[in-house]
Amino acid sequence: MLRQNWWKILCVILLLYTFTAGFLGGVPAKPILNETIRNLYFHVAMWFGMMIFLITSVVYAVKYLRTTNPVFDIYSVEYAKTGIAFGVLGLLTGSIWARYTWGDFWSNDPKQLGAAIALLIYFAYLVLRNSMTDIDKRASISAVYNIFAFAMLFPTIWIIPRMVESLHPGGMGNPASFSEKDIDSRMRIIFWFAAVPGWTLFGTWITTLFIRVKFLMEKKLSNA
Amino acid sequence: MPRKIYNLLLMMAGLAFSLTCNAQDSVASKKVEMADAFRANGKIFVVIAVLITILFGLMLYMIRLDRKIGKLEKENKK
Repeated sequence: MLRQNWWKILCVILLLYTFTAGFLGGVPAKPILNETIRNLYFHVAMWFGMMIFLITSVVYAVKYLRTTNPVFDIYSVEYAKTGIAFGVLGLLTGSIWARYTWGDFWSNDPKQLGAAIALLIYFAYLVLRNSMTDIDKRASISAVYNIFAFAMLFPTIWIIPRMVESLHPGGMGNPASFSEKDIDSRMRIIFWFAAVPGWTLFGTWITTLFIRVKFLMEKKLSNA
Repeated sequence: MPRKIYNLLLMMAGLAFSLTCNAQDSVASKKVEMADAFRANGKIFVVIAVLITILFGLMLYMIRLDRKIGKLEKENKK
């Protein structure tokens, strides 16, 4: 997977499709949202990408704890970093979108607060990691912390915002935000088959480059 | 008497005003404003051309980076 090319071509094609169909394709006419509903292909796709990268990260963290193979530690931290980057982009794009629909960059919406808390927990993961010099200790402690951070991700961004009143769709125990009243099938096709896989593959591509650079650096260190 | 006429006129004015309010409300709820003209006159394609160009540029940059790292890996294997 790391050095194959077909999925990188697929990534470019899917993103090209997202950028064209995302603006030309039909969308339902909604008050307040108007044309900004197209942000779904970009802003919401960031969050789905983040979820996928953080899941990948925790899987490699568990793998590391089972085998203590340092390769898994590198995989785990690089996927976490990409996940955090996507999350930060999601937060920034969300607050731009919120400014022109809900009236403010930040309105203390439960989902905004939850996402911010989740990201702070993951920032702490990076700080914790970098505070240790012993390689094995760093790898195992950060793998354990990664599992705890992942466990907090679900209540903060999936559960709590759904239980209370929220500006985001899906509050107050409503069914998923992807119901007929929010988007239609034209948007769903572009979102699920182009935007989410396209952005996720793009993030994966960047992550694999970082992993390969890290391997090269490790090799250089062990040779020196 | 003049006071009654005044009141009546005021009431009619208020009624008329509320009618216009209603009319605007119903129009707004029926027709949500979308950028239809932007698509109809084809200017949207200008935006898409710019986006695609930037996307292509970034992707070429990514491919170059990928190749460079690949080269380093090959040199390292020797």
